[in-house]
Amino acid sequence: MDNISFYLQQPFAQHALLAAGLVAVACGAIGPFVVMRRMAFAVHGTSELAFTGAAAGLLIAGNAVAGALCGSLVVAAIIGVLGERESERDASIGVVLAFGLGIGVLLLGYYHGFATAATNILFGDIFGVSTGQLVLLGAIAVAVVAVMTGIYRPLLFASVDPEVAAARGVHTRALGLVFLVALAVTVTEAAQVVGTLLVLSLAITPAAAAQRLTASPLRATLLSVLFALVASEAGLVASLASSTVKPSVFITSISFGIYVACRLGGPFVQARVPRTA
Amino acid sequence: MSAAIEPAIALRGAAMRYGARTLWTDLDLDIEPGAFVAVLGPNGAGKTTLIRILLGLTALSGGTVTVGGRTPKRGDERIGYVPQQRALDRDLPIRGRDLVRLGLDGHRRGLPLVRGDVAARVDEAIDAVGARAYASAPVGRLSGGEQQRLRIAQAIAGRPLVLLCDEPLLSLDPGHQHGVTELLERLRRERGTTILFVTHEINPVLPYVDRVLYLAEGRWAAGAPDEVFTGERLSELYGTPIDVLRVRDRIVVVGIDEESHHHEH
Repeated sequence: MDNISFYLQQPFAQHALLAAGLVAVACGAIGPFVVMRRMAFAVHGTSELAFTGAAAGLLIAGNAVAGALCGSLVVAAIIGVLGERESERDASIGVVLAFGLGIGVLLLGYYHGFATAATNILFGDIFGVSTGQLVLLGAIAVAVVAVMTGIYRPLLFASVDPEVAAARGVHTRALGLVFLVALAVTVTEAAQVVGTLLVLSLAITPAAAAQRLTASPLRATLLSVLFALVASEAGLVASLASSTVKPSVFITSISFGIYVACRLGGPFVQARVPRTA
Repeated sequence: MSAAIEPAIALRGAAMRYGARTLWTDLDLDIEPGAFVAVLGPNGAGKTTLIRILLGLTALSGGTVTVGGRTPKRGDERIGYVPQQRALDRDLPIRGRDLVRLGLDGHRRGLPLVRGDVAARVDEAIDAVGARAYASAPVGRLSGGEQQRLRIAQAIAGRPLVLLCDEPLLSLDPGHQHGVTELLERLRRERGTTILFVTHEINPVLPYVDRVLYLAEGRWAAGAPDEVFTGERLSELYGTPIDVLRVRDRIVVVGIDEESHHHEH
């Protein structure tokens, strides 16, 4: 326990906890919409392509975070244009994903820095991110949460009931694109904490767990944020304590544990909902 | 039509074309406030397109349309919309009352925070359709009939002047079909809501319908059900011989290709 209190006084650990917390809040906020809009594959696709962006960033500017963020915006634009209809979205993501990863491998071949840079992208390395980058991650997470708060109601309307939403004056297509950008940026951020391969543990798992406990959209969103926050902060602290195991291992485990608990407790909660034939 | 009462819906020389295909032309129609209008016709006749035009989502190819004296535009508060019955996802994290509330303020920015005045209007709409018992259950777990009642509650929460319903009875069993049509009739009677009801089957709504708009083969016919549902009018409309029989209080149309008429979706 001594090394925890020692680490918690270190600026790098404090910054990491703060940034991871903000990223977790952003992930928790987009999660319920990812589940509702069936965009789990879009999350996976953009996170894997964050790898390509990060590799490009490393090669061009020596900055993986900036590269990943720029890459995610490009990916969001491509998915938005190619996958206008839900039916063709998954296929277009698959197409872009496969090609993008190929480019990522190529770019990494040209990068002669530390080989760990690549594994850090894949499995996350929040402690290795510079203070300036942490500030950037935090600022973007705040922006994502602000945007999600602003578009919450119309996005919920458009996700549940697109035809009526359009008739009521909601610009469903524009909202879909805004959400896609928020998703891509959030996912890229989460990739810094848990790695591109494990992003779903913060962007999907908490929302899927929350959905087991309540049918109120707002409560589900707040629970999703809470679960993501608990998983990422507890995971970071556990990692500091162990000092050999990466935070992503703890974060994904805690997140999964919460899901299993909700899954087991959930049917009981759902069964109490009044039902008539 | 009396000039003193402004029609709820008015179409003048309205035409709709998609490329070379003409859905209908020279459509002139006045629907008085509080009327119950059934829109019928085969698949692809432009029934849903008419609803989209009245919602301001699609523009006419020619002519003019007004709803309550104004050209409709999307987001018009005076128009309620009940879309084609589509089952909602089982695990959707949304309750009936959340769905109804979206009809009131779902287009506004921000979070759906608890507000007394909004809750009161949501409750009023839920009670109007008799959905109180299951309004707090996840919508995805409800039956088709229950979901449809909640969709109607959503559409009437803002107390619209005109209610546009696109095949609201589709995939409902006869009991629920009866319940939903009774409900719409009661709304019209008690609130004076004008109801435009797209359907492929006239019989479930026949007792309530004042007027019928029949679209087919690029032509149209409008009038009371007895005027439109005659062998002569429908034969003229379709360009093939058609017989209309009255069996007790039901209308049976003989001679229309059943494929195009009933399996619309």
